[in-house]
Amino acid sequence: MTANPTKIEPGAEFAAWQAAPITRTTLALYAGGSGDHNPLHVDIDFAREKAGMDDVIGHGMLTMALMGRYVTALVPGARLDHFSTRFVAMSRPGDAVRCTGRIETVEAREGGTAITVALAAERAPGEVLAAGQAVLFLSGDAAGTA
Amino acid sequence: MIDRAHIGLALPAYVYPVEAFQLRLFAKAVGETRPEYLDSAAARAAGYRDIPCAPSFPFCIGMNPADPFDMLAPLGVDLGRVLHGEQAFDYAAPICAGDRVRVERRITDIFDRKGGALEFIVIETQFRDEATGALFCSARQSIVVRNPEPRA
Repeated sequence: MTANPTKIEPGAEFAAWQAAPITRTTLALYAGGSGDHNPLHVDIDFAREKAGMDDVIGHGMLTMALMGRYVTALVPGARLDHFSTRFVAMSRPGDAVRCTGRIETVEAREGGTAITVALAAERAPGEVLAAGQAVLFLSGDAAGTA
Repeated sequence: MIDRAHIGLALPAYVYPVEAFQLRLFAKAVGETRPEYLDSAAARAAGYRDIPCAPSFPFCIGMNPADPFDMLAPLGVDLGRVLHGEQAFDYAAPICAGDRVRVERRITDIFDRKGGALEFIVIETQFRDEATGALFCSARQSIVVRNPEPRA
């Protein structure tokens, strides 16, 4: 799914990954799979009449779930210690979420290396849905020395 | 405005049994195809006790099955006015299918921006193994309330 940067070092960028476009079926499946039955995501009548929107919107946590797929595939064998996002914009049916990751810091910790990655999810170039951060921990000296 | 006296309020605690079928449906919804997220044997071969939760799934565990939006009514907030602002997880141990997770939630902050047009509710959650009390994960959620107009 993703390719590692040639070197684990600050500034290195992971290969981007684009998810399949979000459909109304995706939103219905996610409502069932997540247990988040908020009608704002699946019921256009509710979205229009109760929330004052033109259409349903994607779950913010669906965007985060796609970022979660991305982040768990970045560094084989790494353990995810922290994962956070700030939701910037609402996704809509038809959006194909593109995830990117860039290494911010690489720090030696007891037993291994902590890699802090800045994450973003975009619906189109420059149109950010969510921005976030992950901390990956790699045991031993597998990360090498940057 | 939401009554700031609700800061510190503990929301109802409950135990969430993590079911493999739920994790598989979640995986299907997000297009996950890696076998360890779908199949118990593949998960064990990958070193997990059983199918692991996806990194954002603890949020789903953190929604009370009896009422997923049970934090809103005590605050007098309508579901149609809320959006998700921020979400953070810190992981101590993987949560896997078959686990029974005790969920403890607390409202830790309420504040407003833009003259009261936006209010923020912060909820911190701890996810623990019901059997041992060991911490699986902690989470911090920020809910944005869109007020139609600043209320007096």
